[in-house]
Amino acid sequence: MIKLYDYILSGSCYKVRLMLNILNIEYEVVPVDFYPGLEHKKPEMLALNPLGQLPVMVDGDLVLRDAQSILVYLASKFDDSNSWFPDDAAARGQVAMWTAFGGGEIMAASAARLHDVLNYPFDIDQQRKSAHAAFVILDDHIAEQEIMGLDWLAGGAPTIADIACFPYVSLSEDGGISREEYPAIERWLRRFMDIPGFIDMPGVLQHWRN
Amino acid sequence: MTQIDSTTLNQWYVIQSSAALTPSQPRKTRLLGRDILAVRQEDGQATAWEVSTKGEQGQALPVRECYDYVWTTLGEPDGDIFSMPEFYEDGRRMVVCGIATVQTSPGRIIENFLDMSHFPFVHTDVLGAEPDTEVNNYKVNLRKDVNELWATECGFYQPKAMASATEGIEVDYQYRVANPFAAILYKTCPDRADAMDLVGILPQPLDETNCDIHYFMLVFDDVNSDQELIQFQQGILMQDRVILENQRPRELPLQRGAEITIRADAASIQYRRWIKEMGVGFGTL
Repeated sequence: MIKLYDYILSGSCYKVRLMLNILNIEYEVVPVDFYPGLEHKKPEMLALNPLGQLPVMVDGDLVLRDAQSILVYLASKFDDSNSWFPDDAAARGQVAMWTAFGGGEIMAASAARLHDVLNYPFDIDQQRKSAHAAFVILDDHIAEQEIMGLDWLAGGAPTIADIACFPYVSLSEDGGISREEYPAIERWLRRFMDIPGFIDMPGVLQHWRN
Repeated sequence: MTQIDSTTLNQWYVIQSSAALTPSQPRKTRLLGRDILAVRQEDGQATAWEVSTKGEQGQALPVRECYDYVWTTLGEPDGDIFSMPEFYEDGRRMVVCGIATVQTSPGRIIENFLDMSHFPFVHTDVLGAEPDTEVNNYKVNLRKDVNELWATECGFYQPKAMASATEGIEVDYQYRVANPFAAILYKTCPDRADAMDLVGILPQPLDETNCDIHYFMLVFDDVNSDQELIQFQQGILMQDRVILENQRPRELPLQRGAEITIRADAASIQYRRWIKEMGVGFGTL
């Protein structure tokens, strides 16, 4: 069975949990004491991921780190509909582009959250500024998609790109990043929470969505 | 900052867990608006002192180590750190869950901890679920001999009361507010019908509207690893954090009629009255 080395408050681990749940894949959770135990920096976990980060997924002999890579793997292997990581070259390129955005620019919102919640020594003003810059780009993109009748980041159906971007956008207020200025993002978040198989995590206000 | 009232000043506060304070990991932090530094000396002793605005070492502070935590005070406490005999019971596990930084007052944190009515809405499918939103008519007592506030007979249906719970149970709750800024929850242990598990929150007020919450579980649990217990409790606290940071004002209002209350808020009403009578001004309006 697939093993997920998981931390409940990690938005990156949440990306993987979302995909597993949406595709209805059975998996085993191995809870890692990320805080206060810093277990992800200890030899046993460094052997699985020398970067000392979560999540890590193990499927048989395959060990994968990085949430985006794990999403690619899970969708490629288990999504019979072929919609979460589509084959078409142009579509796949767009999916990869916004998936990378989720693991890249959006992560400034994760840094702000780590600063505010767990006291990580980041430059909070800079991280919030970077997150807002990314949110502006995301909000504009979603609005343009909507004008074309497309509800999702890379087309008319949700893909791993939406999963890669959802967690740290929806958790942004944990890091003092308000989304008042981003109405298109708010609409997209609400649509996302209606995807069959959606699960929440602490800090995601699922019950306020309506 | 305005003068800090003597009740607030004369409390013991947790400033770090014993395990996290090592000679190589001092903790630079704040307490009641003042900069302090906690240092574990090479001989193992925990020490702490104030740090001046220029960054110079100031007055040494009294330090105690108790319940796997490092405590200090900026005042002159009347007594010792509150008693928690369960800490010494055989078979119980003390699980220190870390620190959560929350932008609110310590009073708001204690009050939220006492409030059961938010369970179905904030901790959905864990500590509560709709439609079982009824809060029993529980009792609130001020135990004058020890000056502690207790809420008892708090029964509540919970889908997943503790990390070790596999099915929903009717949970018996007791709340103990051991001092204005320390609270312990005693709840039915899913593993042992005759015992209660403890969950404690010990806010360290950084200033009037910022706290580092130290929190722990003290449980009988042969099933779950520490990792599982910690993640369970951290998840709950993060759900509370969202609510706490959205409350306005961040200070706890103590004047009559400041916020509309209902029967389920009996513990909250008594808590506010109790700390007002003790003269707590810090973090309140």
